[in-house]
Amino acid sequence: MSEQTSEARSEARPVPGGAPHGPSGHGHADHGHGHGEFPHLAHHFDTPQQQFDAGKLGIWLFLLTEVLFFSGLFCAYTIYRAMRPEVFVYAHYFLDTNLGALNTCVLLVSSLTAAWAVRSAQLAQKQKLVANILITIVCAGTFMVVKYFEYSHKAHVGLLPGKNFQPTEQVWEVPSFQKKHPEAAEYARKLVAQAAASKAEGAAAPAAEASPAPEAEATKPTAEQIEPLIKAGVLGPKAEDPNVPSRPRNAHVFFGIYFFMTGLHGVHVLIGIGVWVWLLIRASKGVFGPMYFGPIDYAALYWHLVDLIWIYLFPLLYLIH
Amino acid sequence: MTEIPRILLAFAGEPAPGLPESPASPTYWMPLDASVTTRAVDGVYDFLYWISVVFTVGVVGVGAYFVFKYRAKSRRDNEQAERTPDHSTVLEVTWSVLPLFLLIALFVWGFKGYVDLRTPPKGAMEIRATAQKWKWIFTYPGGFTDDTLHVPVDEPVRVVISSVDVLHSLFIPNFRVKMDAVPGRYTDLWFQATKTGDYPIFCTEYCGTSHSDMLSRVVVHPPGGYEAWLQEQQDKLLSMPPEELGKLLYEKQGCSTCHSVDGTPKIGPSWKGLFGKQSSFTNGSSLTVDENYIRESIVDPNAKIVQGFVPSMPTYQGKLKDAEIDGIIAYIKSLK
Amino acid sequence: MASPSTTADAVVPRPTSADENYLTHEKGIQSWLFTLDHKRIGVMYLCSVLAAFALGGLFALLVRTELLTPGRTIMDPDTYNQMFTLHGAVMVFLVIIPGIPAALGNIIMPLQLGAKDVAFPRLNLASYHLWIIGALFMLASLGINAVDTGWTFYTPYSTTTATAVIPAAFGAFILGFASIFTGLNFIVTIHKMRPPGMSWFRMPLFCWALYATALIQVLATPVIGITLLMMIVERAFGIGIFDPALGGDPVLFQHFFWFYSHPAVYIMIVPAFGVVSEIIPVFSRKRMFGYKFIALSSLAIALLGFLVWGHHMFTSGQSVLAGTIFSAITFLIAIPTAIKVFNWIATMYKGRIHLDTPMLYALAFLWVFTIGGLTGVFLATMSVDVHLHDTYFVVAHFHYVMMGGAITAFMGGVHYWWSKITGKRYNETLGRWGALLVFVGLNVTFFPQFVLGTRGMPRRYYNYLPEFQGLHQLSTIGAYVLGLGFLLTAAYLLASIRKKKHDAAMNPWGGATLEWTISSPPPYYNFHSAPEITRGPYDGYEDLVYDEKIDGYVPRKAAPPRTAQVA
Repeated sequence: MSEQTSEARSEARPVPGGAPHGPSGHGHADHGHGHGEFPHLAHHFDTPQQQFDAGKLGIWLFLLTEVLFFSGLFCAYTIYRAMRPEVFVYAHYFLDTNLGALNTCVLLVSSLTAAWAVRSAQLAQKQKLVANILITIVCAGTFMVVKYFEYSHKAHVGLLPGKNFQPTEQVWEVPSFQKKHPEAAEYARKLVAQAAASKAEGAAAPAAEASPAPEAEATKPTAEQIEPLIKAGVLGPKAEDPNVPSRPRNAHVFFGIYFFMTGLHGVHVLIGIGVWVWLLIRASKGVFGPMYFGPIDYAALYWHLVDLIWIYLFPLLYLIH
Repeated sequence: MTEIPRILLAFAGEPAPGLPESPASPTYWMPLDASVTTRAVDGVYDFLYWISVVFTVGVVGVGAYFVFKYRAKSRRDNEQAERTPDHSTVLEVTWSVLPLFLLIALFVWGFKGYVDLRTPPKGAMEIRATAQKWKWIFTYPGGFTDDTLHVPVDEPVRVVISSVDVLHSLFIPNFRVKMDAVPGRYTDLWFQATKTGDYPIFCTEYCGTSHSDMLSRVVVHPPGGYEAWLQEQQDKLLSMPPEELGKLLYEKQGCSTCHSVDGTPKIGPSWKGLFGKQSSFTNGSSLTVDENYIRESIVDPNAKIVQGFVPSMPTYQGKLKDAEIDGIIAYIKSLK
Repeated sequence: MASPSTTADAVVPRPTSADENYLTHEKGIQSWLFTLDHKRIGVMYLCSVLAAFALGGLFALLVRTELLTPGRTIMDPDTYNQMFTLHGAVMVFLVIIPGIPAALGNIIMPLQLGAKDVAFPRLNLASYHLWIIGALFMLASLGINAVDTGWTFYTPYSTTTATAVIPAAFGAFILGFASIFTGLNFIVTIHKMRPPGMSWFRMPLFCWALYATALIQVLATPVIGITLLMMIVERAFGIGIFDPALGGDPVLFQHFFWFYSHPAVYIMIVPAFGVVSEIIPVFSRKRMFGYKFIALSSLAIALLGFLVWGHHMFTSGQSVLAGTIFSAITFLIAIPTAIKVFNWIATMYKGRIHLDTPMLYALAFLWVFTIGGLTGVFLATMSVDVHLHDTYFVVAHFHYVMMGGAITAFMGGVHYWWSKITGKRYNETLGRWGALLVFVGLNVTFFPQFVLGTRGMPRRYYNYLPEFQGLHQLSTIGAYVLGLGFLLTAAYLLASIRKKKHDAAMNPWGGATLEWTISSPPPYYNFHSAPEITRGPYDGYEDLVYDEKIDGYVPRKAAPPRTAQVA
């Protein structure tokens, strides 16, 4: 095994924020490896190159486990979307695509600054490194704040998973639905009004008969009026009530999956923030340089994966049509 | 304690009234075969058995022989092993390829048998099996229900299975058939009984407290016997006084699993003295038990839960005819 | 490095005192709980895993005692259901999956690689701490209202039962991370920290086995993690993934669960193969036959193991096509497995066989694993599985491979490396008695269960038809014999530790792998520097001679110094 070849060496830290950390040095007799020359070389590695390579392999393996971890959820998403597409169409109207897009941009910027941070570390540009890490943290924080707004809005309108799914809004009242399908929204409102009216009239006309009273209007609904409602499971065979606009059966399943996937992703963002803060502290002490930038490299790799997962989540949850 | 601990009676082998019993089997391993479906299983099982014996004896025999023949006396003598080749690609290929042929044969044999087991013959008679904690309920053509599976001999029968709560599994060892009962879905199995008699039915997917008590039996009737039995049961129901009908349903529909008639609370309240009793519920309300309450408890059991109990009862909506519900009400009234 | 033609001392340079080793290097609880030394972490794992084994074994004896009679013997049905669930959960998640890799692999693997530690010592410590936390959650479930779902947690029973499912499932979730960290560590160690000259095909087979296992740990465990998390969230919030009442699919849970749990059984058995591969050459004084095939077959098993999970679901309502694919691939796994058994036997051919306790366990493994493996073929056969699924036949099969396979090999490894780890020798006579009792016990316990299963006796049954009683009683007697064997083993192993003196030689069995070239117990730093390797791990038994005075092997003085390690 050759002696240290390149400048690249670092401390092995494959799990950001996970493992307990302590001083890397050990108080035992120097065994003649020249560890004094490389203060960040752990005692069990022979060369800084070996240490860096080990850490690199370690972080890639860890990222692989993260991909497999999320894959279970993506799998559940795929199966449920295939089984109940109307639930997904229905629910996505409630998601604010603009906020989702904003978050996507924010994360992309943070990935850029994270990659730049690695470069800054390699070139020992302490101020740029600190700035880049700081911006990464700010972006991540922004992401979480936007997420908070999204979540609290949903809680406010009762769009919570499982037993807590009690929406106070109807989908055709939601701005994004009205913008995309104004005729359908209008039509749904009309149907609901008719159904309420005939119910108020008493038992003479059972509610199930309140189909679009063609006798009263003498017009069949147009495709623009009815198709979006059927696709969203608001009317038709998949709806809770086939003839009066309501919502698809088991609509809550979407929100279960939504909160689980974005929530788990959010937890990973939070952990990432923790790691970056720790690295910010170390960076401001001038620890990183061409001889030692592994932790920044590994953290950036983790961060890129977190970003990548969001890039998959965003279209799958927000951009359904 | 006056009761002698069971463990001391461990070797007494006490008799078990009312439990199904497997008829004696001519072989040591497999139960008596009583359906054409055993042909999909027994032959290949026997083959596997003998292959296993041969391989085990072979491997262990050769191993034991080497141990004896090459046993070192003690470490002191520093006996050296003889120099032999440490690899042989020919040998590796041989002992990979030869077993591979065997394995392929076994796979094909098992696959064919499995396809047979999963393909009911056209025109097979259909019986529905519904699994619930902890009872099997079989529904016959025409709507009659019973807790025992009655079938004619030498005729294909397809059992359509579902569950009202958790996973269960219908297993008839003498027929070598098994299929899970999945809530929200229908599955099926089929058989064609070849011998008359009684055979046990087990639940083989763990489902809670009384999983091992979820027993039933298949009664295979001689020619003409099944039709006669079905007719007799249906007539009996029609002519039965409501109280008696209620008592019969109490057993057959699984009520007895959770409700006693002697006052002991089980998973559900006892029926003794229930009619006319003042009952309080977990939602704070209370009422005097009358016909309406009993009917509601049958079709919508979770509408009111009696204080001190938890929601556990499946609904019988659509499963019991009005006459049957009346029978149960009459029976409960009779339990003062 | 000093040349081996001088004395054995040359390999262990400058200890600061005669008794200085990794056990005495630092004292106090802190030095153990926060150690970064892989040997100490391994020792803690060994103690913890064996303690969990005792707990799981206790549950097993309670279960078997209840089964002495149909109907109630010593407990009610709900308690029984909790007992068998805890037995399974403790044994699978706390004992066998961490088992050989974390307890023996942690200590021995870096030594076999001539390394000073694993790649990520802090991650290693984290893994152990996570095991403790996971164990505490399991105990919490036991304390609150022990989970009663079976270790398989099938929905919708697990999402609706009133017992403490969430602590147990969360405990298993945490334990999954402990397993992932161990696997990750081992992969990087083996890739990056082999000594000069140790190519992949000069690496000990134990390391190959740990490597293949680590691949499975890293790839499969995250899936059970997310599955358990989904089940917990379903139970807590009713999101409707698995519960049909809420719009979910219970069979989906089975697919997710077995996607991990089938590879998991290879996590349990492949390290056992590795231990047996270490013992047989040393105790036959002969090179391993078919080294490459054994090494690569571990990888083949690891890979194929990911493709067969549906063979647990032939009666779940799964389609015939899916079942067919799963069955076909399952049959394929039999080949690399059989290759190992044949190669081990061939290794013994014309060897010089020493029947010390480790070898007795290895030979017991051959018998018991052959039966366990062959009965797996019964279950792979689709039509036969319809009859045998969820009966005692399955219980017998997996206990033969897990108890008879994994645990037997674990015991063999513990005895083989006992003196290296503790520096003390256990009583060899008692060792042989223990092995005999364990062997007899496990056969008497589990063989009757094959008969029970074929006759139709379902598993997880509290009550049973009287016609099954005789075989149940025989099985219970076997369980007590098995328990006795383990008690005896525990007794003499503990007694050996209490000896004051380190009476173990550096190389009591005459092994040729690197761990036998350092003192027993090893110094805290393992090796002064990485030795250079010029031969395979099972070469050179002829260059070792037995020295009665120290009850161990030393290099033959006349041998020319071919390599820098003990020749």
